[in-house]
Amino acid sequence: MKTLNSFLLAALALTTTTAQAKLNVVCTTPDLASIAKEVGSDKIEITTLARPTEDPHFVDAKPSFIVKLNKADALIHGGAELESGWLRPLQDGARNAKIVSAAKGNVRCCEGVQMLEVPATLDRSKGDIHAAGNPHYLSDPENAKIVAHHIADAFGELDLANRASYHVNAKKFTTALDAKLVEWEKALAPFKDRQVVAYHNSWPYFAARFGLKSELFLEPKPGIPPSPAHLAEVIAKMKELNARVIIVDPYLNRKTAETVARRTGATVVDVAQFPGGVKGTEGGYLAFMDYLVNSVAKALEATR
Amino acid sequence: MKLLKLMRMTVVVSALGLGACATRAQDADQIKQLKLQLEQMQTNFDRVVQEQRAQIESLKKQIAAMQPSATNAAVATTIATSPPTGTMPSAPAEAVAKAWSPTDPIRIGKGRTYADLGLVATFAAGGSTANDIEGGTQLGGHDPNQRGFAVQGVEMNLQSAVDPYLRGNANLLFSIDSGGESFVELEEAWLETVSLPGNLQIRAGQILTDFGRINTQHPHSWAFVDTPLVNGRFLGPDGLRNPGARVAWLMPTPFFSELSFAVQNSHGETATSFRSGGHSHGGEESEEGLPFGYRHPDNDRGVKGFGDLLFTPRLATSFDLTDSQTLVLGASAAFGPNSSGASGDTCTQIYAVDAYWKWKPANAHGGFPFVSWQTEAMLRRYQLGMFDWDENGDGLVDAGEVVDPGTGLPAVLASETVTDWGFYSQVLYGFRKGWVAGLRLDYITGETGDYEKLGLTLDGEPLGRDPLRNERWRVSPNLTWYPSEFSKLRLQYNYDDRRDIGVDHSIWLQFEFLLGAHAAHKF
Repeated sequence: MKTLNSFLLAALALTTTTAQAKLNVVCTTPDLASIAKEVGSDKIEITTLARPTEDPHFVDAKPSFIVKLNKADALIHGGAELESGWLRPLQDGARNAKIVSAAKGNVRCCEGVQMLEVPATLDRSKGDIHAAGNPHYLSDPENAKIVAHHIADAFGELDLANRASYHVNAKKFTTALDAKLVEWEKALAPFKDRQVVAYHNSWPYFAARFGLKSELFLEPKPGIPPSPAHLAEVIAKMKELNARVIIVDPYLNRKTAETVARRTGATVVDVAQFPGGVKGTEGGYLAFMDYLVNSVAKALEATR
Repeated sequence: MKLLKLMRMTVVVSALGLGACATRAQDADQIKQLKLQLEQMQTNFDRVVQEQRAQIESLKKQIAAMQPSATNAAVATTIATSPPTGTMPSAPAEAVAKAWSPTDPIRIGKGRTYADLGLVATFAAGGSTANDIEGGTQLGGHDPNQRGFAVQGVEMNLQSAVDPYLRGNANLLFSIDSGGESFVELEEAWLETVSLPGNLQIRAGQILTDFGRINTQHPHSWAFVDTPLVNGRFLGPDGLRNPGARVAWLMPTPFFSELSFAVQNSHGETATSFRSGGHSHGGEESEEGLPFGYRHPDNDRGVKGFGDLLFTPRLATSFDLTDSQTLVLGASAAFGPNSSGASGDTCTQIYAVDAYWKWKPANAHGGFPFVSWQTEAMLRRYQLGMFDWDENGDGLVDAGEVVDPGTGLPAVLASETVTDWGFYSQVLYGFRKGWVAGLRLDYITGETGDYEKLGLTLDGEPLGRDPLRNERWRVSPNLTWYPSEFSKLRLQYNYDDRRDIGVDHSIWLQFEFLLGAHAAHKF
């Protein structure tokens, strides 16, 4: 009886500690992680799967990720097929009911975001298009706000005790973002309708938000490597439209961009989709957007 | 329903009529008229309801067709967000979804149906100096099996959640053999638990045995055109797979470690090394057509007890050596009865170790560049049963009977355990996006058994070493180009040296395409 009592006590102690333990959150990409961190603050423990410099479409489904997902209380993912090449076998192996697609802990961040470029027909001859629309939606700070509130709702449901705190944090973050947004819009306002050439079509949300145009891509179709014929076409169009800024992600071939830049007198700007992807963006989402806006504005100014 | 309503109405109306009749008989005509009007109203009402129902149905269809854009827009407006200040890039005109019409193709895609459907078609073209390509130089059931063109397989995959507790997967393979005959194979069809207590997971149905690395991978995800020799010889042309169940436990270690145990049937053509009745398509065949160990299989008995099943334990572990290097190590074993001789109590044991290492830098694009190394080594201990070649019992040497030169009579082979081993090792280098160079070394051999030392003869010819256990090695360089993740073109050369047979050269060009949904591969 005594042993049973002490066992029960130990079990009780264990459950209380788990109840008080931090939420164990796994984020697929560093941008989602940076927003989750703003919302969760010290109430959560974050693990990020994709590295900030990595091509998020092609992350290896490492077995170590299965261990991380197995212990997760929440899985925060884009939900727009960006991770479809690697997330599913990890979820299947994780044996974790908390993060299966119908669970509260499965946070599909694209919910509520107005997706751009949603294809009417799914046709792979058009390259790597995503059925849910262009998945790179977090380069628009308005979408970051939607995601922050979404994450706060999810955390609040998973951890009732800290519900208020999550909402306060989300509000704090979106307020800061609103203030910054005015600043960013001002910084890019002089360049309305200027073309920004991208290697891969991952910037339509950024362009739409700040009144820029992202219509020329070094890739002929999403995910299809640049061909000389296509690049010649891009160069001609860039000259015609006086497009003189090319933005390149850390994992893309900078040399191709440099070659095109030489022929068109354009400037190559290193950007990333994720905080930490380029130097000076490690500080989180605000620092990352600061860098994006300022470096693009600087290049647009220099090539005016 | 309608009849009932009408009846009820008539009753009411006639009741009214009766009452009216008792008080004012002169109103009878009016009542008749009222009755008529009511009936007319009823039919009108019914017609209107039907029309509205039809309209609602057609509207519903239209809404369903517009669903993705419509929900997004709706949600976006309900959530208070300021519209983008910049100009939205004009969506392509076709982005406005239109209602489905019967002339449109039926599209099955992610999220639109209850299952993901995909199809992978793999073909090869090429040739070899060998005359025994199928089952000779090429041991795999889905290897290129003849000069000219070959269908390696057209594999259909269906997968989805079954319900909140289970998910399901099925792989059906369609192919055409070297004789031009079409066939269908049930590669896999299983259910798997989503979340069991204790970090357990159960998979049951027709399953590829979780043994080593390549055995559980479908041929289209292999890095080479063909099956490694050690897999072809020990696990069979189609790999080791059978109906059964597997339980896998994710162990509570800080690194990935999974312990699994599978129980499956041990008979059938996909259980080579166990109670496989004979040779399935593509299976390794001895020159003289003699069975393994020079004795006929006795495959008649079914499952009488646990001893008649196949048991496969496996331990897999993985470590991230650095941020860009991952190592997977595994150890497997398979235990089960075999069908050698007539005694029915002979067994086979196969032990294997496997390793996979991959380097991929933090700024890889589309998965490139990368370097990977994969090796599997196996050891098989096969118990051969006692076998008397004088099968008709006449004590005389008949045609097609193996003869022991010591006695000059049909051979009586004693029971013995023979040991075979082998390995393959392959290195891949993804040197630029879409391009992979590979090199593989294969080696298999068997320790000479007592029956091979007897100097047995068949129709006067000495048999020598058992060709199903003889030494052999192969070197295969190849180059693969992936125009996208959904297609590939692969050129491979095989330098093949079979002891007592000689050297052969083969060249194969493999081409593959993928339609529909494609499940992400395991690491």
